[in-house]
Amino acid sequence: MFAGLTRNDKLLFIGFTIAALAMPLLAWPVGANYPDLLQKFAIYGIFAIGFNILFGLTGYLSFGHAAFLGVGSYAAVWMFKGVTMNVIPAVIFGVMVSGMFAALIGFISLRRSGIYFSILTLAFAQMSYNLAYSVLTPITNGETGLQLSQDDARIIDRLFVEQGAGLPSTNLFGLEMSGYPGFYFCCVLLIIAFFISLRIQRSPFGMMLRAIKTNQVRMNYTGFNTRPYALTAFIISGMYAGLAGSLLAVTDPLAGAERMQWTASGEVVLMTILGGAGTLIGPILGAGLIKYFENIFSSYNDGLLSESFSFLPDFLNDTLVFIIGPFVGEGWSLLLGIVFMAIVIFLPGGLMEGLTRIHGWYRRRGGGDTRAADAASSRQAAE
Amino acid sequence: MAILEVNDVNKAFGGLKALNAVNLSVEEGTVHAIIGPNGAGKSTLLNCFVGRLIPDTGSVMFNGKSLLGIKPHEINQTGVARVFQTPEIFTDLSILENVMIPAFAKLDGAFRINAWKTVGSRGEVRDMAEKVLVEVGLHEKRDVISSSLSRGDKRRLEMAMCLVQEPKLLLLDEPTAGMSRADTNNTVDLLQRVGTHITKIVIEHDMHVVFSLADHISVLAQGTVIAGGKPADIKGNPKVQEAYLGGSHA
Ligand SMILES: Nc1ncnc2c1ncn2[C@@H]1O[C@H](COP(=O)(O)OP(=O)(O)O)[C@@H](O)[C@H]1O
Ligand SMILES: [Mg+2]
Repeated sequence: MFAGLTRNDKLLFIGFTIAALAMPLLAWPVGANYPDLLQKFAIYGIFAIGFNILFGLTGYLSFGHAAFLGVGSYAAVWMFKGVTMNVIPAVIFGVMVSGMFAALIGFISLRRSGIYFSILTLAFAQMSYNLAYSVLTPITNGETGLQLSQDDARIIDRLFVEQGAGLPSTNLFGLEMSGYPGFYFCCVLLIIAFFISLRIQRSPFGMMLRAIKTNQVRMNYTGFNTRPYALTAFIISGMYAGLAGSLLAVTDPLAGAERMQWTASGEVVLMTILGGAGTLIGPILGAGLIKYFENIFSSYNDGLLSESFSFLPDFLNDTLVFIIGPFVGEGWSLLLGIVFMAIVIFLPGGLMEGLTRIHGWYRRRGGGDTRAADAASSRQAAE
Repeated sequence: MAILEVNDVNKAFGGLKALNAVNLSVEEGTVHAIIGPNGAGKSTLLNCFVGRLIPDTGSVMFNGKSLLGIKPHEINQTGVARVFQTPEIFTDLSILENVMIPAFAKLDGAFRINAWKTVGSRGEVRDMAEKVLVEVGLHEKRDVISSSLSRGDKRRLEMAMCLVQEPKLLLLDEPTAGMSRADTNNTVDLLQRVGTHITKIVIEHDMHVVFSLADHISVLAQGTVIAGGKPADIKGNPKVQEAYLGGSHA
């Protein structure tokens, strides 16, 4: 499994695995140690890792990846309804269906590159979103969303157990997927997803993807047929999105079209760029941070704000609420937008570039190392 | 035997006739120089060999097979590599990676998903790349990111990227343009030293370079081959003197 990986990569993977498994502990100081939020970290981490395989490596910026997230959710819920509440078949089915969907959309969108590619993916995603509300209502259940119901077929489950009175819950061979078991199921898949991405990045295939990003013309005149490479990356990232989507359904067996909206597609772009496109850890970091702050800021409103500043004199309190108010609650995306702009302007390599710079300063302060060793290590860190 | 046979090639851009009934025959194992004033159509001609442009009429045969209408990567896979007038390299990647990528194209073909093994586990690819880097004198810098290279080194790198594929035909578009005298001499020396069995077409302005390298020279002016022959014949040809060499170069 580890064959060929460098010592640094093995350490990185082991460190990542420990950090992921210890997430409840690590998130405790910032008050994020409850399963619902931790699950989101893991699920959107997977989404961002997959998105990074396409955007971070090949440079093809898709604005429609939420479509695959949504398709993964629908497919998983259908598996729950039709076959079994066991999560394994649902996840596999979700990944496969989004993979096929990605193959179709990728095949068409990749006939163009640059902004035209982005617009094609956006158009497909919006089309899927609209179809989910109109023509496809038999599959998607329209605005209500696809839900479990008492009279679902569940052919396998019915063979073995008598159905209870309430709605059944998702399970892993009997272990209910709510609370911490649900989180750890997502967490294990996050670790696997990370490992696959590590292998891809270190493989000849990953090298070709980075070469496509740098100079597609050179790739063609070097004897590579670049389109199937980009399409493979597109399908893999679509499958990652499908995995994330089916996990959303595992933790809450319900699928709605809003998951496919363009804002959701934009969010994964932000996560990846915020953390550092093309790096291994960056996108996961970006996903975690955005979900964490979304959770904090979007729950605030003016009333809560003025309560938390109640120790201040009235006029100061009012001013602060007036200034901060627009950025919390519904206005959270405004704050996100500003942070994003700052990152793109001052730290185009994302948070990972920031960490690398800090690391560089630190090493130079420490002295002793040659500059070459420094550059090599910072490059390593950036990867 | 002719490895490349160009027959009556025409190419117009709007009203401009960039190539006008061009005929060319390149012998296997030789260095064939194409000279001519700026705008004569030299780069356009090379573009017709690698699938960047398709001639309006005429034929381009490589080893008896037509190169027209097939894609650039397919042309490369049949053994034609090209060094561009402005270096086309992978600026975000290290020098070693830049040379390993074409080696992968040579060994694994135009498309192969090899996503589980590491790059490092393909020792033979690394060996091929390192060998060529030693030959072109970039081995010590192999871990440097290529965007930071000097213009001369970028050219050398692009040459290494082509040489590692051991092409049957190597096309070089002004390989010494913008280089210092010393760098130019290095490049000439390099081209005389490595890949000696590879057939080469060299577009060049520097007469010193042309006369040191070429076995055969074709002179292109306004889209037409106005003269062709051994370097000695070209030097003495009054038509060429007038059209291109002028007084100063000869
Ligand atoms: N893609 C193009 N579109 C329009 N005109 C072109 C194109 N490529 C070259 N030309 C024109 O064709 C002529 C020959 O150009 P080129 O082959 O680049 O000359 P050179 O001999 O200097 O390499 C020039 O007049 C140039 O402007
Ligand atoms: Mg030219």
